[in-house]
Amino acid sequence: MSVKRPDDIPNNEYKEALLNLLYQLADDDFILAYRGSEWLGLAPHIEEDVAFSSINQDTMGHAAMYYQLLEDLGEGNQDSLAHARPSNERRNAILLEEVNGPGDYLTEPRYDWAFAVVRHYFYSVAKKVRVDSLKTSSYEPLAQLAVKINTELYYHLLHWKTWFLQLVNAGGEASIRMREAMDRVMDEFQGVLTLGPSGKEMAVMGLIEGEENLIKRWELALQPVYQSVNLAFPPKISMKKGDGRNGKHTADLDGALSTLSEVYNSDPAATW
Amino acid sequence: MTEMIWNVLQTVKDPEIDSISIVDLGMVNMVSTEGGTISIELLPTFMGCPALDIIKANVLKACKEQLGIEDVNVAFVYDPPWTSSRLTEDGRASLKEFGIAPPPKHFTGEEDWQIHCPYCDSPYTSMENLFGPTACRSILYCKQCKNPFEAMKPISTMV
Repeated sequence: MSVKRPDDIPNNEYKEALLNLLYQLADDDFILAYRGSEWLGLAPHIEEDVAFSSINQDTMGHAAMYYQLLEDLGEGNQDSLAHARPSNERRNAILLEEVNGPGDYLTEPRYDWAFAVVRHYFYSVAKKVRVDSLKTSSYEPLAQLAVKINTELYYHLLHWKTWFLQLVNAGGEASIRMREAMDRVMDEFQGVLTLGPSGKEMAVMGLIEGEENLIKRWELALQPVYQSVNLAFPPKISMKKGDGRNGKHTADLDGALSTLSEVYNSDPAATW
Repeated sequence: MTEMIWNVLQTVKDPEIDSISIVDLGMVNMVSTEGGTISIELLPTFMGCPALDIIKANVLKACKEQLGIEDVNVAFVYDPPWTSSRLTEDGRASLKEFGIAPPPKHFTGEEDWQIHCPYCDSPYTSMENLFGPTACRSILYCKQCKNPFEAMKPISTMV
């Protein structure tokens, strides 16, 4: 099956599954790009500030394009989709909304770089698996977008893999904190890899491969990296705080939304 | 008529690298006319690029000023995807003129690419940061003429 444009969507079931998938893809990239942007000026060195902000800009660009596809399907304009939806309508994984660490970016930020590296690296690997699968999605506008996103994702993966290996191998405090961060990320990573309640329909409609395949591929992509640093494989993943694909979220997301939409909400009708 | 439009598009420069036109960047996919309406398809380079809206506005402005036509549709499309191999030879020369090393012509993601200094053409350069001041550029240093410089990132669908 191949669906070339919104008007060609065959039935409501297809549309429902497509909308669910697009909201997950958009909301994941959106909230993680936001959390990344909070690091601006706080990264370990100035070169990292340049690199990380560039990655966040790319990732926010990807979110904007997914929101554009939703707009094309009649879900409202992309700015309001990004800014005006309450937390219970968001479909991002809980791991991606969590704060960078104690404190606030304006006052006493005590952000955890180990958590940032592990979260962004493992997420980038998962995103690569999804995007590779989306290249053959039955919804052509999404397949075309995936080809484009993949060209940029290449650089993100290179970047986070370098940090990950260097810090895991560094010994001392770095290695200890990386292991702690891995445990923490793994406790919620199931929430990133799941396609939520309509995952089966997405696979049946040919929108993306089934969840089990995607998880297998994610493990296979991490296997050589794990083995090179002698970590137990495969990592045990769970979803302790709940399923963001079901609209379950933490207070961290509410905090993020109130900050990031402050300007938008001051005048929702403004043209930017 | 379409040739005239391509000539107009040659005058629209990248807002962040003003020596290169959007035609030489390989951003123009298609130009067509129907009745009095011009349709132009552009390929975004990087998706988070904040220059896209400015480029669109500049295309509309150029068509109005140089052709007197206001009925212009500018659409960004993703098929085919923009890749750095779409740069023209003139485009590569313009980048160099601006102090930006052009990307390798063919890039598969497997190989290390050699980047020559845009000032002295030495291959004796080092990558300081894969990421640079804009989404499409990296930061390098020339060990020969001791100048820092930038290079356009190779973008390929082979990766």
